This record gives sequence, C-alpha cells and structure tokens, in this order.
Amino acid sequence: MIAKIVNFFGDPTYRKRRWRLFIVVLALIAGADFLVPRAHVEFFWDAIPGWAAMFGFVSCVLIIVVSKFLGHQGGLMKDEDYYE
Amino acid sequence: MSEWVHPGLLFIFGAPLIPLLGGRARKIWMILVPVLAIISVVGMTPGTFGVFEFAGITIIAGQVDKLSLVFAHVFTIMSLIGMIYALHVERFPEHVAAFLYVGSALGVVFAGDWFTLLVFWEIMAFASAYLVFASNNGSATRAGFRYLMVHITGGVLLLGGIVLHGLETGSMLFGPIAEGGGLAYTLILISFILNAAVPPLNAWLTDAYPEATVTGAVFMSAFTTKTAVYVLLRAFPGTEILIWLGAVMALYGVIYAVLENDCRRLLAYHIVSQVGYMVVGVGIGTEMAVNGSASHAFAHIIYKGLLFMGAGAVIHMTGKRLLTDMGGLYRTMPWTVVLYMVGALAISAFPLFSGFVSKSMVVAAAGEDHLAAVALLLTLASSGTFLHTGLKLPYYMFFGRDSGIEAKEPPANMLTAMGIAAVLCIAIGVFPGMLYSLLPYPVHFEPYTAAHVTGSLGILMFTALGFVLLLRQLDPERTISLDTDWFYRKGARLFMWFAEKPVALWEGAVSRLADTAVLPFLHGSARLGMKTDMNVVDACVNGVARTALAWGASLRRLQTGVVTHYAMAMVGGVVAGIAVYFVVSGG
Repeated sequence: MIAKIVNFFGDPTYRKRRWRLFIVVLALIAGADFLVPRAHVEFFWDAIPGWAAMFGFVSCVLIIVVSKFLGHQGGLMKDEDYYE
Repeated sequence: MSEWVHPGLLFIFGAPLIPLLGGRARKIWMILVPVLAIISVVGMTPGTFGVFEFAGITIIAGQVDKLSLVFAHVFTIMSLIGMIYALHVERFPEHVAAFLYVGSALGVVFAGDWFTLLVFWEIMAFASAYLVFASNNGSATRAGFRYLMVHITGGVLLLGGIVLHGLETGSMLFGPIAEGGGLAYTLILISFILNAAVPPLNAWLTDAYPEATVTGAVFMSAFTTKTAVYVLLRAFPGTEILIWLGAVMALYGVIYAVLENDCRRLLAYHIVSQVGYMVVGVGIGTEMAVNGSASHAFAHIIYKGLLFMGAGAVIHMTGKRLLTDMGGLYRTMPWTVVLYMVGALAISAFPLFSGFVSKSMVVAAAGEDHLAAVALLLTLASSGTFLHTGLKLPYYMFFGRDSGIEAKEPPANMLTAMGIAAVLCIAIGVFPGMLYSLLPYPVHFEPYTAAHVTGSLGILMFTALGFVLLLRQLDPERTISLDTDWFYRKGARLFMWFAEKPVALWEGAVSRLADTAVLPFLHGSARLGMKTDMNVVDACVNGVARTALAWGASLRRLQTGVVTHYAMAMVGGVVAGIAVYFVVSGG
C-alpha cells in the first residue's frame, strides 16, 4: 500500500496522471478560497480571494531567482574545496 | 514536595552507567532513563525545588512553571525518540555525550538562578561538540573545533554578562532583564542569540550539524537552539529588535537552502529559518506570541528530529550526503520516503500536521500587533520552507534522476523512532488541544478556520506549481556557500600571518636575550630554591601536579595547530579580558 503510493509519485509511467491530479487539486484549492467565509480579517489582503495562491507562487519564484542570483552573481557559491 | 526528581540529573547520573553496561542491558538503560524522565516531567507540579546555598549563592535547580514544563515535555519525548534511533550504535561514548547533552539542556530549562544556568549551558556546549567529533574524520574534527570555539566565546560572554548583572542588581535569580541594563543586558542577549543561531551568529550551526554523526545530529537539531529560545522567552520577552532579527532569520535560512547541496546542511538552514519564527514570537512578547513561540518550539523539535532522522537514514544506508549523488531511492526505501514526508508536511504547516497549529500562532500574533511587514515576510518564508524541505530535498534525494544506488530500508529501530515522531506530528496537527493545554497562557486561537485552511493550502500548492515550472533552475550544484564562518576560517589566516611574521620575530629576539643573560641568573637562584622545595613543598606539590597532569592531558587535545582555533581562543580571551576589566573597574 505505502510502496504503491510512493511509486505513483516516482514512476515515470504515471507522469500524465500526476499532472492531472495536481491541476485538479490546484483548481479545487483556488476555487474553495472564493467560497470560504471571511468574518475576521487582519490585513486588507486577507479579504482578497486567491491572494494566498498568488502570493505562494510569486514567493516561490522570487526565492529561487533571488537566491540563485546571490549565489552566482553575488559570489556566495564557491568550489567545494574553497576552504582546503 | 520533597520527592521532586530533576529529569536532567537522571540523564547526567545515568550517563556513567552506559559504558559499564553491555549488550541488551545497555539498550534497556538507554530507553529506561528517557522513559523515567518523561514520567517525572508528566507528574511534575509548578513550584520551586532543589534550593540550596553554594559559595554564597542561592542555587535553584528546579524552577518549575508552565513555560519550563512545555520545554521539558518535548525535550524528554525527543530524548526517547533519539535514543531509540541510536540504539544500534555500538560506540558508547556517543550515548554518554547524548545523555549529558539532554541532561544539561533540561538543567537549563529548570534553572532558577544564573549560576545553575551557566553551568549547564557550558556542559551542553561540550557534550554536543563531542557528537561532531565522534564522526571521526578530518572535516568533522575541524568543524567540531570551530563549533567549540564559538560556543566557548558565547559562554564567556554569558559569564561576563551574568557577573555584571549580579553586581548591578544584587540578585542571581534568573528572570527578565530590564532594558537599559547596559553591558550586562547586551552581553547576555548576544550569548543567547548566538545559541539561537541568529545571523550573523548562525554559521556554527550550519557548519557543524551536517558533520555530526547520523544519530548525533538528531539530538543537536533539537536541543541547543530551542534551549536558547527558552532562555530568550524567560529573559527577553518583548525585546523589539528580536522581531526584526527573527524575520530576517526566517528568510536567511530559506535563501541559503536554495544554494545548498548537502542534505543535512539544507535542513540545518531550515532550523535557522524556523527558529526565526520563534525569535519573532519572543520579540513580540504578547501572550499569544509567547504561546506561539513555545508551541512552535515543541512542534519543531519533533518534526525537525524526524527530518534529520530521514536524511540520516539515507546517509546511513548509502554513505552519500550530497544531493547531486542521490536520486531514485524511492523504489527501495518507500517507508523512509513516507516518514520523511510527514516531517516535511509538518514543517511546511500543512493542515492536519503539527506546524499548521503552531507556526500560524506566531503569524497571527504578528497580525494582532499590526506588524504587516513581519506577517508578510514570515508567510514568504513558509513558502520557502515547503519549497526546500517538502519539494527540493525529497525530489533530489528520493526521486529525480536515478543514481543507481542499491539501498535498503534502515534498521527497525531507526524506522520505529521515525514512526513515533511521525505519529506525534500528525497527532499534534489533528488534536491541537493537547499541545495548547501545555502552553504558558490560555489559548484563544483557532487554527482550523475555513479561510486559514484554504489560504495555507493555496500558498503551499502554488509554491509547488512554481517548483514544478522552475525545476531545472533548482538542480543542486557541487558547490559550498559562503556564510559568516568565512570570517573565522579565512580571516584567521591574516591573523596568523601577523602572528607568524612580526610577532614571531619579536618573540625570537626576546628569547635570545633570555637565553644569554637572564637564564644563567635564574638557574642559580633556582638551585637555591630547590633545596627548600624538596623538603617542604614537595608533598603538597605532588598532589597538585597530578591534577595538573590530568588537566594538561585534556588541554593537549585542544592544541590542534589549526589556525582558526587559536584565533577563536584569542577572541574569547579578549572578550573575557574586557569583562574582567569592567567588573574590576565597576566594582
């Protein structure tokens, strides 16, 4: 049972099915965010449906791009024997 | 209540028995002590215990209240999990060190006075350092010395701060320090945030943890930084600078995790990131924020232990530690994958997992205080947490390109320990009331609102979308990353050039003078002195000499000839000198 589930996420033959499942999940989450009640909001963006999804996506892209920029252009990444 | 048992002393006095016991008896002992400790903590009631006078100081070994209890609960539970995980290890010194480490961390948690705190603080540094040395290879030994030197420096700062604080206030009771306490305030705060790994004082952690033994790193991930969070909660609640340091810290770990190739170093950067949330909570200092910090520390210890156990299991079975050398292990290690993923979902704060009910309390506390920027930064960091711990690391370790490594599942004791941790991660997520009832203040917070659930899932799953689309960008590279340890690894070379050239020339001149002029005179007077000596002083001296020999033997281990260690010792000495100067001139 466990091995089957793990295999579903790893085996290349399920690639298409994984994508379909992923898109359905994304659609469900984004859709549900429009339906939930928002009685108490701390900040204005808490009242915007879909804000979280957009914020998550932008955060992810920003983190990757900025970090890799700092690593390569900013000189943070060095050869493995740098300290030898 | 006179029958109060200090759970830390159970470990410390239980440690010497480990080498004496063999085989099955040792294993039973390794499980029995943590179990007894858990029982003693569960049955504990608030109060003050173990009070006695020592050298004019009132020692309070057992200051028990809700805050110390919540940390004691999770420390003892984690010690049991860690011990089960380490059961197969035959090298007993590691177990002794782990016992002393856990015991001294508990000692700090129950310390009611600064002196007790300092003593356990120092034991903790040395015991944990051994877990790095125990890897028994060159790079681990060097990292171990750097770790030790940083913590010795931190200990000296703490000592200086405590002495000054004692002189200023006339009290050694461990408690909140009034702001504007001047140097004492600053020294103690710095030594605490050093142990919490707040940048720029974070590099000791990410430098040393990945070099520790597979089982040792599991203990290290739990105790040092969370003990620091505990003492910060006690002494510095509501210190505003901690809000900003914590927020920076949460992001700092995330940025470095993108660049990291070593699997446990990636996880170590996420300790820095997660402790950032706790430090923010300390800085806000409201009831909800303190609850948030304490509960996040609780949840974090379990899930981070689980993640280190998962990565450790892979290292144990494959001998590889770099993501570039792994991949495709999911076929043969499905249980490891699933258990690791429970930890990953917990740290990422997925609904029904432990991080969801604790991390959100810190973010909500920031919201309550209208700290919009902090709330946004912490949310940004939580996207990064899932990106690395939940997606990047498992993808390149277990899935991704097949490395062709033939690996089996780890031994049963490792899987059992991971299983217990995984069950706890889910139990806390599903029944948060259990954890909330342990917290210092009454909890008025409901994590499971519909908007919070969909919002969290939105952030996490659209992070996953970003990951899938930018996957190639994230491929690990065979590099290491510069962090603040650069200053004492590279900067120390400059210091050594100075020590070797100008200083050595001067020293040479002085010693030539001594050889030709001073020495003959000294020889003469020495002969005279010796006669007196041999008859009178000898008896006493022999005793002292034996002690000195023993000390010398242990000190000799510190003389590695590695430049950086000497440099760090110098820094520590300078700081100690400053502290002594202030004490003398101030007193």
